[in-house]
Amino acid sequence: MSEPAAIPAYVPPKARSLFEPHRLVLMAIFAVMIFCIAWFMRWDWIPQYSGKLVSGIGETLLMLFATTIVGFFFAVPIGLVQVTGPKPLAWLSLVFCTVIRGTPLLLQLWLLYYGLGSLFAQYPEIRQSFLWPYLRQAWPYGFAALTISFAAYEGEVMRGAFAGVPRGELEAAQAFGMSRFKMFWRIWLPRAVHRALPTLNGETVLQLKSTPLIATITVVDVFGVISRVRQDTYLTYEPLLLLALIYLCLTGLLILGFRTLENRIPSRGA
Amino acid sequence: MTDPQEAIRVTDLHKRFGPLEVLKGISLTAKQGDVIAIIGGSGSGKSTFLRCINLLELPTAGSVAVHGETIDMKTDGQGGLMPANRKQVERIRSRLAMVFQSFNLWQHMTVLGNVIEVPIHVLGVPRDQAIATAETILKRVGLFEKRDVYPSFLSGGQQQRAAIARALAVQPLAMLFDEPTSALDPELVGEVLSVIGDLAREKRTMLLVTHEMKFAREVSNHVVFLHNGLIEEQGPPEQVFGAPKSERLKKFISSIH
Repeated sequence: MSEPAAIPAYVPPKARSLFEPHRLVLMAIFAVMIFCIAWFMRWDWIPQYSGKLVSGIGETLLMLFATTIVGFFFAVPIGLVQVTGPKPLAWLSLVFCTVIRGTPLLLQLWLLYYGLGSLFAQYPEIRQSFLWPYLRQAWPYGFAALTISFAAYEGEVMRGAFAGVPRGELEAAQAFGMSRFKMFWRIWLPRAVHRALPTLNGETVLQLKSTPLIATITVVDVFGVISRVRQDTYLTYEPLLLLALIYLCLTGLLILGFRTLENRIPSRGA
Repeated sequence: MTDPQEAIRVTDLHKRFGPLEVLKGISLTAKQGDVIAIIGGSGSGKSTFLRCINLLELPTAGSVAVHGETIDMKTDGQGGLMPANRKQVERIRSRLAMVFQSFNLWQHMTVLGNVIEVPIHVLGVPRDQAIATAETILKRVGLFEKRDVYPSFLSGGQQQRAAIARALAVQPLAMLFDEPTSALDPELVGEVLSVIGDLAREKRTMLLVTHEMKFAREVSNHVVFLHNGLIEEQGPPEQVFGAPKSERLKKFISSIH
């Protein structure tokens, strides 16, 4: 094979120094802001609430991971039947996705908690069942609403991901004698998940930011803890700023985690 | 009855897509060690014919036997056929390795992963043994250094050689090549043909659908010319290319050169 004609190598422009004037100015402004926030605002309440904050963050993360994992578990069949059929199931999945994606999550949450929750209470059979100790709490309704929502959004994502796996790769699996199940498990699913990872990353971040809704039905997540702080201390900005910082850090960690997953299989182009 | 010396026997194969009859009754027998080149213009049905052998396309009528074992078919109730025994089809397919025009490597696996996938997960070969075999095969097709690379980082020629390695790894009873060089840039065709040529000289049974007439003439011991879903002419390559009888074949050969 012949050597290709030499193309001049791309030389990236030299990185600018950290100490250029405009950068120094920006850094100074930022330092002053941090100083003002730390010095002029009140942060003395943090130690008192640190335990509650940690358990609040724990509740938020637990809700996030539980609902995304269980939701994804439902999303796979919801996406799959829309590609493979049978028709009635595909139709059902489409209706489910459309309804859930077409209505506000807060509405679904309240319908479950205030609607279904109070309905359950009217039936002695349910009140006497072993499930009642759970059903009288708020978190199962929050969990259900968030899981259903995630399943619907991800069902749509997975539909696209399943449909987008090149037919030829599935044909190759068939041609080499894989059973339908093996083809799904070894080729179709991992290929689809890999394709969907960037989208799943974004959707998981969105899901994180949907979790505060469960504070409206009395689940004490980190948002609930901060609301409590605000009621107790009559502070407005400080708790909210801290809350923003917490969500930012969690989002950063999520993105980092997904990047690592994505980079496990490098791909070029598509 | 059927003879185990026959790697593949196809009897009176018909394939219909809706109102269009693509294959109108093709019979062909490949003995062990045969290299059969299938040529023909576009739309002649040559790819469909190849895909009917491992049932990627379900024939409308006719039968296929591999190593003396006829694939059981039953009617699907709509005038076509479907496999009667899925397990049998899977078992036979796993030993009929196919190489595709567009490579169809599994993009989420490395080259090595692609080659050991079927031996491990379909044929049940122990992992370390599968890896050892795969590495020998990869050396042979010149991709040993690329074993941990994902397919999207390879050139077309390298991808097709990896696909051939994947096919070899199942110790195929017969290999089916579906226009293996048609999707390649001209300068990459040579490396793939030289690998296929080596395999042909080893007396591996293969059915080769191709547009590379010179190559077909060189490596095959039997050439089949398809036209409009029927075998128009067949015979040893010297005869088919050197002294074609049918007008259509003459025309086809002169249009290629």
